[in-house]
Amino acid sequence: MSDKGKTNVSQGMSRRAMLAGGAALTGTLFMPKGLKAADYPTSAVNTTGLAVTDDTVTCGILHSITGTMAISETGSVQAEKLAIEQINAQGGILGRKIEYVQEDGASDWPTFAEKAKKLLVNDKVASVMGCWTSASRKAVLPVFEQYNGFLYYPTFYEGLEESPNVIYTGQEATQQIIAGLDWVNKEKGAKTFYLLGSDYIWPRTSNKIARKHIENFMDGCKVVGEEYYPLGHTQFNSVINKIRLKKPDVIYAIVVGGSNVAFYKQLTAAGIDPAAEKPLVLTISVTEDEIRGIGGENIAGSYACMKYFQSLQNENNLEFVKAFKEMWGEDIVIGDVTQAAYLGPWLWKAAVEKAGSFDVDKVRAAQVGIELPSAPEGYVKVHENHHLWSKTRVGKAQADGQYEVVFETADLVEPDPFPEGYQ
Amino acid sequence: MFADYSTAELGAIFAMQGFAGLILFSVFVLMALGLAIIFGQMGVINMAHGEFMILGAYVTYIVSNIFSAYMPGLFGAYFFVAMFLAFIASGALGLLVEWAMIRHLYKRPLDTLLATWGLSLILQQIYRSVFGAREVGVSIPDWMMGSLPLTDLIEIPINGIFVMVLAVSISLAVYIMMFRSTWGRQVRAINQNRVMAGAVGINTEWTDRLTFGIGCGVAGVAGSAFTMIGSTGPTAGQLYIVDTFLVVVFGGAASLLGTIASAFSISQAQSIMEFFLSGSMAKVITLLVVVGILMIRPQGLFALKLRK
Repeated sequence: MSDKGKTNVSQGMSRRAMLAGGAALTGTLFMPKGLKAADYPTSAVNTTGLAVTDDTVTCGILHSITGTMAISETGSVQAEKLAIEQINAQGGILGRKIEYVQEDGASDWPTFAEKAKKLLVNDKVASVMGCWTSASRKAVLPVFEQYNGFLYYPTFYEGLEESPNVIYTGQEATQQIIAGLDWVNKEKGAKTFYLLGSDYIWPRTSNKIARKHIENFMDGCKVVGEEYYPLGHTQFNSVINKIRLKKPDVIYAIVVGGSNVAFYKQLTAAGIDPAAEKPLVLTISVTEDEIRGIGGENIAGSYACMKYFQSLQNENNLEFVKAFKEMWGEDIVIGDVTQAAYLGPWLWKAAVEKAGSFDVDKVRAAQVGIELPSAPEGYVKVHENHHLWSKTRVGKAQADGQYEVVFETADLVEPDPFPEGYQ
Repeated sequence: MFADYSTAELGAIFAMQGFAGLILFSVFVLMALGLAIIFGQMGVINMAHGEFMILGAYVTYIVSNIFSAYMPGLFGAYFFVAMFLAFIASGALGLLVEWAMIRHLYKRPLDTLLATWGLSLILQQIYRSVFGAREVGVSIPDWMMGSLPLTDLIEIPINGIFVMVLAVSISLAVYIMMFRSTWGRQVRAINQNRVMAGAVGINTEWTDRLTFGIGCGVAGVAGSAFTMIGSTGPTAGQLYIVDTFLVVVFGGAASLLGTIASAFSISQAQSIMEFFLSGSMAKVITLLVVVGILMIRPQGLFALKLRK
């Protein structure tokens, strides 16, 4: 993509920023207990009646703890609680401990809107970490815009949105799709693609971007099939037969939830072993979390395109994984979205301290340009479109349920929620 | 439509799609048999059917863990033990539920819908509390995964064959129990005329309880088998419930033969259309056709003549 002129942070600058970030990190580590609340009187840091006292600040956590989405959202809640605990151990934000009010969206979109309103109007929370599906985000969006709340949204999603009241800590679609397609084309010589997805907005928008990229920007490549199955579909034998006949080089799969498990089990059972790479399986919807349900042996050899894998070997991540396991148990796995959720509280802390205020308008202004060198995925930076600059990586699934990172982009990839030429 | 394919490929298409249809048929039969017994013979609308299936899946998960920890040598055979225990577990839960809840609602069949729906929510939350919200991975013995290559193009999944054999055996077992055993005769007698059946000395209460238990047990076996092809999580049962009711209602609620015939026609239609249309369109058209036929024939494909 870099040779197509899609802007990237230049290597030199990002390296400088890395160094600066590294220095800042050592700085905070040796600084005794962060900033003092006494230096930031409550009347000055909170002029809009938020739940901020002399020694606490309240934020909201809004995810599904019950219902179908609990499978996915549990990890995000765990990551957010870990980040809050770590920030509190360092002295909190502007010398104030973070307290949280947790609400359950119950996998039901109107409930999300109702709970969001409760958090903003009754609890007066200074920010909210929450939502997972696009549907739930769309449901709470008008509430956040009406009451001027501030939401940190962790999931990779289809893009086509940029709200002044949301920071998107996951990737928008182009950040997740393009680098991976270019990689299979260059490294594996893939020319033909079969696009497959669950039938809702994220897979459809993502495949639309994938198709445009394959047809317009990749020489001699084509899409030989594109297909959607209803959410929760569990029988994939027909489409597997079709794939066998079309003989694509790559199956590009964006199947989600329980369907995912069924798809990979049936693929293996039908004699298509992802490890043989004939065809190669590339997905953007299977994190380490999902592999637990699919079973490592059924998906080993498939590739996933994400920005974070638990197996990343940088120091930030080693520490993050250790802390996460200490808090939530040795058996836990950490997927891409869980890491993105972990960034939320830290980005908020950085913005509040830069602004010297909890007021949403000031935090919003301060948030753009915030750098987080301590992120487990490595250095990230907030773009003025409220998404993050981050690297894209390709991992190869292993039988033990982890990914082995086989590729990462040299530079940070610019977030582009409204990609031109892909609409 | 066929222009893109050579003759050999066309042959392979029909062979493989035919087989995919048969696998789907077996899956439908397994899903629907338990419900056909409960809904068809007793008139109880069991919305918790999917959760009874998932109980079977979780039993399989536990048994597989026990075998891999203590008897790794016998791991290849654990599945049969798991299916048997799944039957016992789901059946026992069925007996308990019938005693605690269903028997009070026989005179109000529509209320069973609400009550069992509530039960399904309770069971889901219990699974979530016990096993965690995430899906669990059930490891399947190696011999059950993989496929038999017949030609270059045609490969038959082994777990598909396993599901088919299982569906046939369970259908036979249910048939024998229903039409060749004392219990089956009593069930049918109660179905035809409850008061009269009681008057000639049939213990209707116990027969009802046993029927419900067996229906749930069969659901448990189905759930156990589905760990091979689908996911095992607290809400996975919801994935099956719509298709299950569709098959049973379309077949004619009181007829086991109707259930099998409807499973066959729906699965073949869906599998063929999935090949030529997209997955979502195939589902839409299947549902439209079923709704259309049910409007003309509300009693379903096969209906028993009953004295009401």
